[in-house]
Amino acid sequence: MLHNHVFLRKTKKGSVAKIVKEHYLRTDIACGSKACTTCTPCKRANLAEALPPFPGSQVGEYIVPDTNVLFHHLDVIEHPSISNLVILQTVLEELRHRSFQCFQRVRRLIDDPDRHFYVFSNDFHAETYVPEPAATASTTAVAESPNDRNDRAIRRAVQWYNAHLAALHLGAVLVTNDVANRQLAVNDGIPALSLRDFVQKLPGSVPLLDMLGAAGDDPTAPSSKDAVADASRLATVYPEHAAPASIQAGIATGVYQMGTLHISPHNFQEATLLADVNKQRVEVLISGRMDLNRAMDGDVVAFQLFPKEQWKSIVSKVQEQEDDDEAVGSDADAVDDDDDDDDDDDAAADANASASSESLLMPTARVVGIVKRNWRPLCGTLEAPPGFKQHVDAAREHVIDPIQSAFFWPIDKRMPKVRVRTRQLRHLLGQRIVVALDAWPQNSRYPTGHFVRVLGAVGDRAAESEALLLEHDIAHAPFNARVLACLPHQGDRWTVDVDTIDKPDRVDLRHLAICSIDPPGCTDIDDALHARPLPNGNIEAGVHIADVSYFVKPDTPMDIEASQRCTSVYLVDKRIDMLPTLLGTNLCSLRSNVDRLAFSCVWEMTPAGEVVSTRFHKSMIRSQASFTYDEAQARINDTSMNDTLSTNVRLLNQLAKALRKRRIAAGAVTLASPEVKFRLDDKEQQDPVDVEMKELMESNQLVEEFMLLANIHVARKIQQAFPDAAMLRCHPAPPSNRFDALIRAVGQRGFPMVVDTSKHLSDSLDAIQLPEDPYFNKLVRIMTTRCMQQAAYICAGSVNPSGYWHYGLATDIYTHFTSPIRRYADLIVHRMLHAAILRDGQLARDRMKRLADVLNVRHRNAQMASRASIVLFTNLFFRNKPATEEAYILRVLKNAVIVLIPKYGIENAVVLPKASLAKCDFDEKDIAITWPADAASQTRAGKLALFQKIKVHIEIVHQGPEAAQRLQLQLTLVDPPLPAA
Amino acid sequence: MRREIVSPEGFRQDGRRPEELRRSHFRTSLFQQVDGSAYVEQGNTQCLVTVSGPREPQMRSKSLPDRAVVTVEYAVAPFSAGERKGPLRTNRAHTEVAASLQATFEAAIMTTLFPRSEIMICVQMVQLDGSALATAINAVSLAIIDAGIPVTDYVTACSAGYIGSDPVLDLNYLEESAGMPQLTLALLPRTRKIVTMAMEQKLHLDHLEPTAEMCEEGCLQMYQQMNAYIASASKLATLITPSA
Ligand SMILES: [Zn+2]
Repeated sequence: MLHNHVFLRKTKKGSVAKIVKEHYLRTDIACGSKACTTCTPCKRANLAEALPPFPGSQVGEYIVPDTNVLFHHLDVIEHPSISNLVILQTVLEELRHRSFQCFQRVRRLIDDPDRHFYVFSNDFHAETYVPEPAATASTTAVAESPNDRNDRAIRRAVQWYNAHLAALHLGAVLVTNDVANRQLAVNDGIPALSLRDFVQKLPGSVPLLDMLGAAGDDPTAPSSKDAVADASRLATVYPEHAAPASIQAGIATGVYQMGTLHISPHNFQEATLLADVNKQRVEVLISGRMDLNRAMDGDVVAFQLFPKEQWKSIVSKVQEQEDDDEAVGSDADAVDDDDDDDDDDDAAADANASASSESLLMPTARVVGIVKRNWRPLCGTLEAPPGFKQHVDAAREHVIDPIQSAFFWPIDKRMPKVRVRTRQLRHLLGQRIVVALDAWPQNSRYPTGHFVRVLGAVGDRAAESEALLLEHDIAHAPFNARVLACLPHQGDRWTVDVDTIDKPDRVDLRHLAICSIDPPGCTDIDDALHARPLPNGNIEAGVHIADVSYFVKPDTPMDIEASQRCTSVYLVDKRIDMLPTLLGTNLCSLRSNVDRLAFSCVWEMTPAGEVVSTRFHKSMIRSQASFTYDEAQARINDTSMNDTLSTNVRLLNQLAKALRKRRIAAGAVTLASPEVKFRLDDKEQQDPVDVEMKELMESNQLVEEFMLLANIHVARKIQQAFPDAAMLRCHPAPPSNRFDALIRAVGQRGFPMVVDTSKHLSDSLDAIQLPEDPYFNKLVRIMTTRCMQQAAYICAGSVNPSGYWHYGLATDIYTHFTSPIRRYADLIVHRMLHAAILRDGQLARDRMKRLADVLNVRHRNAQMASRASIVLFTNLFFRNKPATEEAYILRVLKNAVIVLIPKYGIENAVVLPKASLAKCDFDEKDIAITWPADAASQTRAGKLALFQKIKVHIEIVHQGPEAAQRLQLQLTLVDPPLPAA
Repeated sequence: MRREIVSPEGFRQDGRRPEELRRSHFRTSLFQQVDGSAYVEQGNTQCLVTVSGPREPQMRSKSLPDRAVVTVEYAVAPFSAGERKGPLRTNRAHTEVAASLQATFEAAIMTTLFPRSEIMICVQMVQLDGSALATAINAVSLAIIDAGIPVTDYVTACSAGYIGSDPVLDLNYLEESAGMPQLTLALLPRTRKIVTMAMEQKLHLDHLEPTAEMCEEGCLQMYQQMNAYIASASKLATLITPSA
């Protein structure tokens, strides 16, 4: 069975050590064709017995794609019309290194029996194995790169297939967009096609051809004919990007810096990133098309700071793409001679203004190169090109349209328009579609992309929801069978086996009066609490967290799935769970009056909230009540209720108050968010019928305090046990200049604001009180929250312990332990804590570090999806009922004010009409828009400044060109009245 | 990116299937100065064993009136693992392996035939690439046969790990360092009597049986290979040694 052919792979690592790996070659690997009778039978063999030959070939051929085809055109490969693919092991391994996500998508296709994909382990096959370059380096004159070696291995496999299948009247064809590779294949008599040529041979290939994109043939090289032609015809629009080598050199010498770009939600031509200026971490502005130089939101870019003379005022303006009209008709319009942009003029004006006035300045920079693109599929709509007529002609249904160019408008306003070429334009107008970006050539004003798929009609709730999830890269497919197989086989009849379960480590706490406190209707109960007086006058308090790690064992399919989802996602109309429902809302959920497994933190505390001792152990509990916040609050308020649970809740509340006092004294900042909650009607449509504010009661704070306490203590414990690998959550101090505008604005109201430490910030915030406007304090807190950095998961070993600091909570260490049902980080922390108390287990720091990075991205996406969902429902809510509401000004821009409408939690720009704006002045010093009284039009003098309470009219309008159909919330100023035009 | 120990196609990273042993190689009678010696390679794990005895104990006080004493020295060559951090680094771990070897062979050697004597076994791991204990047991087994010491049976050993939902036989270094539970089993093949069982990391009781069964299979395969080698080696010996 074993081919005893052993070869040594030697890798020099460090100075002397060598790593020797065995590599067994075998002869029992099947080709995977069902027609084959000579190969060892294989259960996975799934390639069709007979295939119709492609036009121009003699025999039916299996398709062998190379890595780049899978990596760049997975959308095409995923199309149902493509089947009978041989995925080579070499390709699969390369893909795994390039993109784990792509790798998993390909794995999913392989697992689908209807697609007839087969993995051929060519590296283990004695006849297709090709030695590594290192082994052949001595014999060949020119060293072969690993890539070349892999290409050779792929060609060798295709050659083998053709020889092996010849007798069966079958063959294999290599599909690669690499011209050189195709040439080498043809030289050896191996059939090879470009992806485009291959797709053209398929029946009904029109949608697939669209998906190939404009460049199509070879996305890395500008080899396609029209691109070349364009390049010769067009003038350069953008500055050239620096080469990777010069970027590296620039960063090494400090001329350039590197950072992740964030495009402003109000102005797609303005972005910020963090940089070191004069040894301080500050926010830097990049504005204007030229300085952004094709960088897009989330890209990692190299940038160069401008000298101080070119720094700009922090006051920006609202700019949406509607402002820069540009028609798309022919291909040549990528040229951009008529630079209608006025931002360059603006820049000059800004510079002058800054010299004369004392406006606040922000460092500016320009992008010199893009280190890593953050390109993802975009959802949006196509705009009908001018002169395009929608034919409703049945006779033309089957005619293939010529390729047409159209502009694609992404839903995400931070993204630029995308030029898309398609043959099915008339079918795509009015649809929500997905587009993948291909390139952004230097000579094209907008990036180019290609159509991927249709989600549904614009405005259709299902299509919009799908778009929302896709935009934020949230996996929402039902759990697959492999995952569900990991659930306890008893299903919902599973019960705690009291006598045998995990003895003796698990402690039976079922006698304690434990209860849970959650929002009404909560089904995934993560946490429960108890408290009881001890004979020595102290109090025992316990936090019990659902023992998810009992059910989700490491590296099982369920664990892997959860580690990819990372978090449950809460949308207005639904929840996308991290774990299957059986666990999330039943077996793990700490429901009342059933035995459940928990991970407990039990403290002995003095009545003043001082922790005397801490214990961690797994437990079984039986919660006696699931209270809502209201019910718990009633028990706090009504001291006449004397049952155990009520006294328990009051005892907990007493401790929580003491804990809170300590935390505030230490400098924790109380933050605020303008969150609201939609009440949906009970019918199928789930239309929002009302909006309510999220109310905060003592009982909320009670739960919060104990969760914080548990998280802090667990963080300490796991950090001690695994100083290298512990998963922590840190919150860095905000960059110093981010508060500048806020400090000045609050200062004008007569309140000093000190932000150097969280303690000072917290004290300053407490002092900001306007008796006539109780909302003012909350407003400042909301704005303070906006200035903060994002909290992040970190692996303890990758940061200096001083970096563990959590600024917002003012604690030296923090982690997430209390929500393992809906956050993967907590599940990991549970495993760590368990390993820490059993004193066993090893954790790999690198793995934790990678995991932390993934968690941070996923959490951000989940948050953004939730917010986008709220925006979607806000739009639905106001669709047929415009309203006039009070609003507060959060920011003053040159041509607009950003306002917050407390009643609905809406934050949006109020763009001032250009005609009125002409009669207004901009006060650089106070950052306000002012206008004088005008007797002719009978307007009073007025101004718009920060924190001002104004009245706005809310309505939903269709924005953008007719076909783009973007529903948008539009606010117009009602009071104070602007000067008439 | 993390790679699977066993791919969905059923191959391990070195091309073996889960139930396959690595290529092994045996040599005996390497040295004249000792009574028996053997060199065993299992994959890239290499082990050299010398056996002296039965002989007069070096320390009288250690001798037993009714049987021979088996002493084991276990050492790992400093160059054996490159800069890789093998699991057998600390001396305490070495002592444990030595104790385990000693217990194994006290059960196999007919010690009662040699009262008041000593059998000295020196084990030197030349290179480490997983399953060190199993390789050492196999090598000692061959060296004892080479020394002509009567045993009730060969002792053969094999390791297996448990990952995902299936056991994997004869772990190499990469697989060992993935941190899965690992079982090493030593067996008297003819009676299938288990003489040693060693466990690294916790393994759920439910999974012990399939893992142990796979180990047993591995031990039996190893037995056939060792048996075949001994048969051919002795044939070779009778061919080249002039008859007395
Ligand atoms: Zn075959």
